[in-house]
Amino acid sequence: MDQGDPVLVRLVDQVNHARSHRSPLDIRGGGTKAFYGGPRKGEPLDVSGLSGISSYEPTELVVTVRAGSLLCELEAALDEQGQCLPFEPPRFSPGGTVGGMVAAGLSGPARASVGTVRDHVLGVTMLNGRGEVLTFGGQVAKNVAGYDVSRLVVGSLGILGVICEVSLKVLPMHRATATLCFDWDENQALEQLNLWASQPLAVNASAWHDGRLHVRLAGAAAAVNAACDRLGGAAVAPDAALSWWRSLRDQSGDFFSLSDADLARGDCLWRLSVPATAAPVGLPGRQFIEWHGAERWWRTTVEPREVRAAAALAGGHATLIRGADRSAGVFTPLSDVLMRIHHELKQAFDPECVFNPGRMYAEL
Amino acid sequence: MYFLFAVFRRRFAFGESYSSAADSVIAEVGPGVMHNTEMNTSLGADAPRAAARTETSRDERQADVVAALTAVLPRAAILCRHEDTAPYECDALTAYRASPLAVVLPETETQVAAALKICHRMRVPVIARGAGTGLSGGATPHHGGVVLSLAKFNRILKIDAGTCTAVVQCGVRNLAISEAAAPYGLYYAPDPSSQIACTIGGNVAENSGGVHCLKYGLTLHNVQRVRGFMVDGEPVEFGSGGLDAAGLDLLSVVVGSEGMLAVTTEVTVKLTPKPQLARCIMASFSDIESAGAAVASVIAHGIIPAGLELMDKAMTAAVEAFVHADYDLDAAAILLCESDGTPEEVAEEIVRMEEVLVAAGASRIEVSIDEAQRLKFWSGRKNAFPASGGISPDYMCMDSTIPRRRLAEMLRAIEQMQGKYGLRCVNVFHAGDGNLHPLILFDAEDPEEMRRCELFGADILETSVRLGGTVTGEHGVGVEKLNSMCVQFSPPERAQFMAVKRAFDPLELLNPGKVIPTLHRCAEYGKMHVHRGMLPFPDLPRF
Repeated sequence: MDQGDPVLVRLVDQVNHARSHRSPLDIRGGGTKAFYGGPRKGEPLDVSGLSGISSYEPTELVVTVRAGSLLCELEAALDEQGQCLPFEPPRFSPGGTVGGMVAAGLSGPARASVGTVRDHVLGVTMLNGRGEVLTFGGQVAKNVAGYDVSRLVVGSLGILGVICEVSLKVLPMHRATATLCFDWDENQALEQLNLWASQPLAVNASAWHDGRLHVRLAGAAAAVNAACDRLGGAAVAPDAALSWWRSLRDQSGDFFSLSDADLARGDCLWRLSVPATAAPVGLPGRQFIEWHGAERWWRTTVEPREVRAAAALAGGHATLIRGADRSAGVFTPLSDVLMRIHHELKQAFDPECVFNPGRMYAEL
Repeated sequence: MYFLFAVFRRRFAFGESYSSAADSVIAEVGPGVMHNTEMNTSLGADAPRAAARTETSRDERQADVVAALTAVLPRAAILCRHEDTAPYECDALTAYRASPLAVVLPETETQVAAALKICHRMRVPVIARGAGTGLSGGATPHHGGVVLSLAKFNRILKIDAGTCTAVVQCGVRNLAISEAAAPYGLYYAPDPSSQIACTIGGNVAENSGGVHCLKYGLTLHNVQRVRGFMVDGEPVEFGSGGLDAAGLDLLSVVVGSEGMLAVTTEVTVKLTPKPQLARCIMASFSDIESAGAAVASVIAHGIIPAGLELMDKAMTAAVEAFVHADYDLDAAAILLCESDGTPEEVAEEIVRMEEVLVAAGASRIEVSIDEAQRLKFWSGRKNAFPASGGISPDYMCMDSTIPRRRLAEMLRAIEQMQGKYGLRCVNVFHAGDGNLHPLILFDAEDPEEMRRCELFGADILETSVRLGGTVTGEHGVGVEKLNSMCVQFSPPERAQFMAVKRAFDPLELLNPGKVIPTLHRCAEYGKMHVHRGMLPFPDLPRF
């Protein structure tokens, strides 16, 4: 990345100014994930000017893109070449940026089969709290030179620094897909998903809600056809399937949308990340299961304490995605040793604590 | 800077001067020889006396450390006599050796914690070690430190087909995981060539790859949770039993940290359903450019092969003499291109691969008809290193990665370097992901050849960075590529690495002196930092 780029220079100036005044900065891309994480504090640091695809060589399966670029524009450019971001990052609304995608680290329905945003980040250029522009990783898939800082910033919610440019591994789109659905209760769906997990089937995504399991198969046409024959179930028409998975990916359906009235009566959207084989999590409310059982979304009004206890009992953790009252923290509290490492890393990247204070944990 | 891997017939050994260690390291080597490896430094005239003084205080230090460790570990778990610690003096980068104060072999996590606590209290460096198969000196001992051998942590604790995971102790061998998972129709996908011997703990430390990582990813992509200890003996867990964990993704930075951030004792790995079938295409090319272009073309057609490997003519000749697999000896380059999956999937993909390879100018194509023939195709590739040992007294294995489209350019550059340095080089590549393993052939008994070999190696690494790549794709930095890190990273980037290290290990006691070169070292190395393929003032002629 050109260090003399005027947009970058302005960002560096702003960081240096904030650093010398120890005043917090609120890193902003498109603002589409403002609801996610702890409360926002500080002067806005607008990264959206840092836009454009820096290099894209389809035969390398790598795209290098500046952080303020719109995610939808990146996906359109990949689509033209028959390629995609296989981890299906949620878009929430059209203005989301690539930097925001990396900073939030959220992945969509295909995650259990293809991996996360983090798994597809190859390199990152970032601006740390000393006003230094640093590049880690690179544009090649195999790279073990130095600590993997480029992946550490994925999902860091901006607390370590400003993501300026990122290199991503992209993949060819699947040649064939098919969606099947099954009318099964939660127990039966989980049991069947756990059974399929160890078989070489082309299962790419799964979602259970309200007595119905949707399964998406993806891969070579022959593999998808063979899997359809083996799995049975009812085929969903391609168009309907496409919009159904898209709505799930972008969390745009009713289940994921909380009205003001919902929020006012204390309704929350929780994401529980648990082992795929965990027994049903019996909370009062409604549930949506993804990632072959490893991701369990809950709409519930119970106390955060209870949700976190249920997640811990299942061997995982719970994140408050949407809710009016975030005073109990958005993310599951860390053990003392992990919190100490978080503090030290924060110091290592951002000694004056200017970036997104409190966005991940109140004390960071 | 020495990059030497393997097969020294004479026993060579070098010490390392570690940046954070108070004492300079002097290791004994072959009979009565001493070497100091730090470039541009020598011991000077006072060295023998200084060394003698150091040795006395070292003996006292050793006695103190051993006495303290004896209080918490069974006597049999502590080795300190030279003849007992000698096998631990190096890993597979045999050119670097150091004799540690002691080697400890704990059997329980409680013992690991206790040993770490003592070393931390006494400010003793700790070098964790698995099977010692690493190629970059990641497990080279510290002269004033303790080697923490985790070989006894060799139990597979759980295989769970429902979550497709295995929970294993860190000393379990890579291949043993796949063997244990086989009855469930599962396997552990990353397959470094040393998989028969290397341990999962070592794989985590190095973020190991293998021939299948183009399709199945590196260690990082196949590890869900790491349990272990901080430098002060405090237990810690990175990742979780689910697919992610709260907070920063610390697992990302712990995997591949070369034992410098924490000590791993237990790992939850992801298992992959075993493909029902695999078939391999062997394609010949009459020039190296079209072979390189064929690699790009396969990917451009939306195909992700299970493996995509390239050998040049010299390498093919060497392996054919070694394994007799009927390789095409006239070809300038041979590509191995593998498809795996269900029989239907493989049939479909093999047809597409053949079409692409023919269109890219393949002069001969053979598709494996059964498993025996597939393994035969691979036998040469898998024996590339030993076969090179058969045609040269010594060889040096490089491990850089470049963007795939620069393959032909790189091969031409290496050809020119052969003339420039007067040494032969045979080439074998993980072509699918641009990871090169050029093997420079030389005779270590000839100091002049050895010097030229080092320059040749450094030239390859620097060229790789200039082409937009990296100095190490899968073998790690260790002690071997410290100088090359000066070329790849700027001073603030290296300072940031060091800050990450200190966030986990403030006293720098875990595997000190590896991975991150000191400012001083980079200044002495005197090579310019090349920024991602961009030299400052690229138009100026340089010689």
